[in-house]
Amino acid sequence: MHMADALISPAVGGTMWAVTSGLIFWCAKKVKQAADDRLVPMMGVLGAFIFTAQMINFSIPATGSSGHLGGGLILTALLGPYAAFLVMASVLTVQALFFADGGLLALGCNIFNLGFFPAFVAYPLIYRMIAKDAKSGVRLWSASILAAIVGLQLGAFGVVLETTASGISDLPFGTFVLLMQPIHLAIGVVEGLATAAVVAFVARARPEALVPISGIAPKSLRPVVLGLLVSAVLLGAVVSWFASSQLDGLEWSIKKTTGQEEFQGSDDGIHAGLAKLQEKTAFLPDYGFKKSVEPDERAEPWPAVNAGTSVSGIVGGLITLAVAGLIGYILKAQRTARKKT
Amino acid sequence: MDELGRLDTPLHRLDARTKIITTVAFIVAVMSFPRYEVSALMPLFVFPFVLMASGNIPAGSILRKVAFAAPFALFVGLFNPWFDQHAALTIGSHTISGGWLSFASIMVRFALTVSAALILVACTGIHHLCAGLEQLGVPRLFAVQLLFLYRYLFVIGEEGLRMIRSVQMRSTGSGPLRLRTYGSLTGHLLLRSMDRAQRIYCSMASRGFDGQVRVLRRTALGWRDVIFAGGWIAFFIIVRNWNLADGLGRWLTGCGL
Repeated sequence: MHMADALISPAVGGTMWAVTSGLIFWCAKKVKQAADDRLVPMMGVLGAFIFTAQMINFSIPATGSSGHLGGGLILTALLGPYAAFLVMASVLTVQALFFADGGLLALGCNIFNLGFFPAFVAYPLIYRMIAKDAKSGVRLWSASILAAIVGLQLGAFGVVLETTASGISDLPFGTFVLLMQPIHLAIGVVEGLATAAVVAFVARARPEALVPISGIAPKSLRPVVLGLLVSAVLLGAVVSWFASSQLDGLEWSIKKTTGQEEFQGSDDGIHAGLAKLQEKTAFLPDYGFKKSVEPDERAEPWPAVNAGTSVSGIVGGLITLAVAGLIGYILKAQRTARKKT
Repeated sequence: MDELGRLDTPLHRLDARTKIITTVAFIVAVMSFPRYEVSALMPLFVFPFVLMASGNIPAGSILRKVAFAAPFALFVGLFNPWFDQHAALTIGSHTISGGWLSFASIMVRFALTVSAALILVACTGIHHLCAGLEQLGVPRLFAVQLLFLYRYLFVIGEEGLRMIRSVQMRSTGSGPLRLRTYGSLTGHLLLRSMDRAQRIYCSMASRGFDGQVRVLRRTALGWRDVIFAGGWIAFFIIVRNWNLADGLGRWLTGCGL
């Protein structure tokens, strides 16, 4: 469920980064207010635990496949929502940076999808409501499974919305929803089972561990609802831009800052100077660099088929790649030569 | 990755903030290209290649990690050729559909962004990275959380592996565990982790921990940082605005005259 950068547009990535950064600041403030020194090492070590727990698999009867713990729910049960959100955010950041699991630009989306929903929706609204204080039995198991399903369904829907809004994948919205939601229904059941099994064990072995350190849930649900509303509006706004026009993110920001559809260089100054210089030095007289990437052309849904352009694009692309590799190779050779002398 | 982060090259000596900002600028530049673009992305490969060479980072280790993470992008990207079958490109008598073109674009973007993120870590190291993040305004609590998580990742990970190994040695075969066994195994690991956190807290408290984690590594931005970030960002802007690869191709093949 970790989204990669390759499928996200800067507008969507940036929006979700903003939403997530706001949440991180808010949670950091809340955890600080709890003023419990024990939280610092506990959060770090439990983050490491989640990492490890995701390596341990159990078999799902009658299917031949296996599943593991997701993390968000059990962290919230142990640490409370604010600290749990921060831990999930740190786990996803380390996964993105060290294990290439999920992209950096997509990090905002990933933290929101996998951290916000379990900590602020599934746990307080579903798990607490059903399980109350039950530490075993039907209540615990049904609460875990239902909460895990809801959390993952919301997260998966987030992935679909963000991918569709980015407009890089061609997967139609409906097809993508039909692909993602059922898969995550199954994953949700599995994650719920895993969570309940661990919670039931801890409840038997050491019940006091299950009292969240930094408060059980937000005292009022207003900030949660507000946060959801704001993100829904933001997401909706992003989606509608992309649905209504095919402006890409950069064009949009250009339009926003300059008030015009395309950025036009001023007639005097650097742009004009460069254009003149280019006219003079161009090795191919009728060949305009600028023309080839003008936003008009980009906005065209079906690029015109032109054999010449295609071949030159491929040849140029391959050679540029080779040149880039060569630059790296030369630099490396220089370094090793310097070391030897 | 840890060892790479401790190397001492001009690239490693740059301020962490510089490298973070440049990498983010790079990723935004890559992602802002239109969806059918492949050739214009190629000059951007200069960035990871130059960084790998000047930071003494072995290409193999980065490539392996990129390949390891590829399946998700591959999974979603593979639908593009399916849904988008209009002809976008012809080479001789062969026609390539827009879907394959955008699929290729997705994979190139993927390789660029993932390798850039990995190289950022490999040429900075987690300690400098977190200090840099904090200096850039990330809440200290979160920066410290990242450091703690990274520090105990391997400790708890090894503990988990030992537990799995002992279960495997006591049972025939090495298939996945039954849910019941899983619950108590993972629960035990959780309790052990929490005990460890308690011990860490005690040892921190006995050394004078007062709830504030102090980060010592304060670094200053120098002229090298300005040149590095400024130079690369200028390069990204040029590549974003002019299709250098296409220009080179046209010049070499004589098309577009």
